[in-house]
Amino acid sequence: MTERTDAIVIGAGHNGLVCAAYLARAGIKVVCLEAAEAAGGMSAPRAIGGKYHFSGLAHAAYPISRAMRRDLKLDQFGYAAGPAIDTVALDADGRHLIIGTNRVSGDGLEETDREAYPEFKKQYLAFTRALRPLFDNKPPRLKNMQVADTMTLGKLGWNVRLGLGRESMYEFLRVAAINIYDVLDELFADERLKGAIAADAVMGSAMGPRSPGTILTWLQRLQGELNGPLSLQSGDRLQLVQALVRSAEDAGATIRHNAHVARILVDNGKASGVELSNGEVLNARIVVSNADARATLSTLVGAPLLDAMFANRVSQIRGSGVVAKLHLALSGMPKFTGLSEKQLGHRLLVAPSMKYIERAFNHCKYGEYSEQPVLDIVIPSMHNDALAPDGHHVMSVNIAYVPYDLEGGWENQKQPVADKVIAQLGQYSPNLKSLLVEHELLTPRDIEEQYRAVQGHWHHGELSIHQSFMMRPLHGAAQYDTPIEKLFLCGAGCHPGGGLTGLPGRNAARRILELGAAK
Amino acid sequence: MPRFAGNPAKAFSASPEKPDYRAYTLNRPRPKACYKVTWFTANNKESQASMNHYDAIVIGAGHNGLTNAAFLAKAGLRVLVLEKNPYIGGATVSRELHHGWQYSNCSYVCSLFRPEIYNALDLGRHGLKVIPLVSSMTFKQDGDYFGSYYNPNVRRRELMRHSLRDADAAIRFDADVLRWCRLIRGFLLRTPPDPGSFRPRDAFEFAYLLKKFHELSESQLYEFIRFFTMPIAEYLENYFENETILAHYSGGSIIGTGLGVYSPGTAYVLLHHAMGDVDGNIGAWGFARGGMGAVARALASSFQTHGGDIRTDAEVAQIAVSGNRVTGVELASGEQISAKVVISNLDAKRTFIKLMDENILPAKLVERARKFKIRGSSGKLNIALDGMPSFPSLPEGSPLTLGHMHFTDTLRRLEKAYDDWKEDRWSADPYCDMLIPSQYDPSLAPPGKHMMTVFVQYCPVQPEGGWTDEKRDQFGQTVIDQIADYSPDFKDLILHAEIRTPRELELEEGLTEGNIFQGELTFDQLMFNRPFPGYAQYRGPVRGMYMCGSSTHPGGGVMGAPGANAAREILRDLRKPDSTPQEFSDD
Repeated sequence: MTERTDAIVIGAGHNGLVCAAYLARAGIKVVCLEAAEAAGGMSAPRAIGGKYHFSGLAHAAYPISRAMRRDLKLDQFGYAAGPAIDTVALDADGRHLIIGTNRVSGDGLEETDREAYPEFKKQYLAFTRALRPLFDNKPPRLKNMQVADTMTLGKLGWNVRLGLGRESMYEFLRVAAINIYDVLDELFADERLKGAIAADAVMGSAMGPRSPGTILTWLQRLQGELNGPLSLQSGDRLQLVQALVRSAEDAGATIRHNAHVARILVDNGKASGVELSNGEVLNARIVVSNADARATLSTLVGAPLLDAMFANRVSQIRGSGVVAKLHLALSGMPKFTGLSEKQLGHRLLVAPSMKYIERAFNHCKYGEYSEQPVLDIVIPSMHNDALAPDGHHVMSVNIAYVPYDLEGGWENQKQPVADKVIAQLGQYSPNLKSLLVEHELLTPRDIEEQYRAVQGHWHHGELSIHQSFMMRPLHGAAQYDTPIEKLFLCGAGCHPGGGLTGLPGRNAARRILELGAAK
Repeated sequence: MPRFAGNPAKAFSASPEKPDYRAYTLNRPRPKACYKVTWFTANNKESQASMNHYDAIVIGAGHNGLTNAAFLAKAGLRVLVLEKNPYIGGATVSRELHHGWQYSNCSYVCSLFRPEIYNALDLGRHGLKVIPLVSSMTFKQDGDYFGSYYNPNVRRRELMRHSLRDADAAIRFDADVLRWCRLIRGFLLRTPPDPGSFRPRDAFEFAYLLKKFHELSESQLYEFIRFFTMPIAEYLENYFENETILAHYSGGSIIGTGLGVYSPGTAYVLLHHAMGDVDGNIGAWGFARGGMGAVARALASSFQTHGGDIRTDAEVAQIAVSGNRVTGVELASGEQISAKVVISNLDAKRTFIKLMDENILPAKLVERARKFKIRGSSGKLNIALDGMPSFPSLPEGSPLTLGHMHFTDTLRRLEKAYDDWKEDRWSADPYCDMLIPSQYDPSLAPPGKHMMTVFVQYCPVQPEGGWTDEKRDQFGQTVIDQIADYSPDFKDLILHAEIRTPRELELEEGLTEGNIFQGELTFDQLMFNRPFPGYAQYRGPVRGMYMCGSSTHPGGGVMGAPGANAAREILRDLRKPDSTPQEFSDD
């Protein structure tokens, strides 16, 4: 390829696409290279048995921010937030809780909890709003600040001190860095409710409700809720990817599929382009990687080209996946004891208590899978008939905790795990087993192989405090630019981290433009 | 060997930040002269004052209460210390529960106690001597052991025996931890600023903190934040590779907490246990000669030479308040004692929920006191031995028996011990910190006999169905069995054992739920959040009421800093000259 491009984006995951679209709209000539045959990364479409459709690892998620929809004209390219859904906290005896954004109902629920819940959500959404400046901008440096950094910190300080007000600020400072277990115990009595909230806080990270830092992951998740209620993204999630692709291409970006990048070319400390696995060489002014920071720096670039201490810190980035995905193809509508057909459209959660989650977590510390895992279930076909043949259904289940490094290896233990989970689902849905046509289990190891996320971690790196903000993915590369000149990061491994927010891609693009690196 | 021998000027070393203070400290009289004066004024007061009116009453004769009282007395106040037990000391106590043996019933080693306080109160002259500990070690299940020796060359050799890489990493590790220690030590004797206030004083204090942090390089700054928020296991894995070495060095960061080695935030607890010193060796630990009770005895003696009174068997029932002011205390016996100032050395929960009337307290405060995290997680065994137990895995006459001895050689075992605690069980395979101080200190046991102290992590506040004496003894048996695995003749040597669970710690020392730090050392309860946001400057909700226990900044450990900081705030409010050392002395 002789024609020169300005920017190469490695990986057409949603962050890569967002970044490419923003750059293209700024008049930069962008080529986006995707190793798979379809764009979308972890939310790319996938099918089992040819006729049962899923959207990769994407599950239920929050809408994209208004600003991004406006900037990238996503709505005009066919993006629409999916149908809003509630969460059903499943109970073994059929006494389920229905948990909405700001109301909770269900039999056996105490009045105090019913009243406390909206208050709780209100307060934590206020905290999240206060943190907005931090999430919407590149993480500020704490020394040698630029004006922008000072502005971010200033806004943050203002929001926390004056926005929240004295008492609320004290509460924020108290809870900001601690575990969700203690906080929920202070507020609620109902185990089912506490379990359901805690499950959301820990899902995707190698932490239990008792691990300090789980309030932060909860606030990080609530960032999405500022854009709108939780919605079932399956089906529509494809819409998001398509919208992003169209938006990027409309702005002049090229997306190449089946183009697997083997390495990033660096000459005297400057990224000059990439080499594909088929030997093809592409040159560009800048290279932006949507790939895992660890993969980008230690594999695509290679430790020899990095400063020794920096390379050492790269090797210290923690992020070992603990969530497996189970796809079930069903020949009919599963019945759940105590749930109406309509309620099956909601997200179903198996996390009866915080102790239950903590116990499930204990196993993965020792390389075992949970005997009694936390399950996060959706049935996308309830909202979108196109996903399965008539009368048939698809069910998608997130399973926590399932370790990347399983004692004794994964080879002959995949089936037992799947069977255990299906059996456990059977406790809530008696007829599920009889409907089962086919199933597919994606362990963290499969996720690593198929989605090229190191150790199969959703967020390209643990969302613990010491790997967040100006320390994400690691300090020295936290502002999306790396020690390798002209090489940038834009993946979930960067601030503000994973989840289908597109924020890392957006912040990275803005950083690149601010530096004028691609011009 | 006198502790912190060396030029006394060092203790008053002035800091460049505060030239005015320098002037003050340099003109400050030597402790001797200072003591004469206060003794005289104290006597004067004595002659006039009525028997049960005091300037200040301190509730609880723990080390912080006594430190606080001593500084107040030194500043010329008439101070009374009230203790519910027939003996003083709180958690720095030595009792003879078996004839001829002096146990250190609670705290058992000394390191964190601030040298500035030691010098300012002249504790050396009042009999406090700290003997440095020379080693720590961990037994391995396979019959080998890892020893961390006092002599750096021997230590390096031992590290190399287990892992060449770790021997080099240890140099980096020591340097890094020392850096954070020296940074933190500067904040220990300062009152934390209140983020909720706009008073110039708090603004200045924040400016001081910022300035201190600004002295770090940018990447050091990030490393510091990481260090504070990391799990200890992960932090150590950045340095070491050998399982035993990892387990050995993570031990210190779970002691006293309700966290495991994989819980974020435990790296800080390591620091909390490493920031002390003995004779200026940062991170070194030592024995107080005569047991930990010697700390309390020295403080009491210093306090009394400044004219202070101590009353034991005097349990306080309530802090008397009229209007928005304290008027004194009411004893369980019904006796009233009046005072302008009342200081509580009890933990925040006890102070506000037990000693004060909820109706006069702000609702928010009561709520915070209820939410205050103070779960106990530790137990303790004190054992009288008929002789020195043998440890076959150690070479003949190894100095390692002189120091800390541990039996947990993998991170996995440490974390499993924590999992038990989460389920309200005591650890089936606990983490033990075992010492035999009588090897140094003949005053603790009869000739040829020995006294052993074993700190045990984890032990639940309430096991299933609550504590009974049977359960307590089963818990003790678990620990004794673990030790016996490494010392065959140990069981036969036991003459008497005191077994202490959180229940005993609460009943005897009044530590709520048996938490040795009077409140967990988690982010939500440190600095300006300790004990509660808005009350971190030692002042209570009513005028004249103060807190000086480990529930306040900088927290637990036999440090004396909370007591000294509280005294400074009290004297400030009473417009008395500051008798406390604020400047921090470091080499």
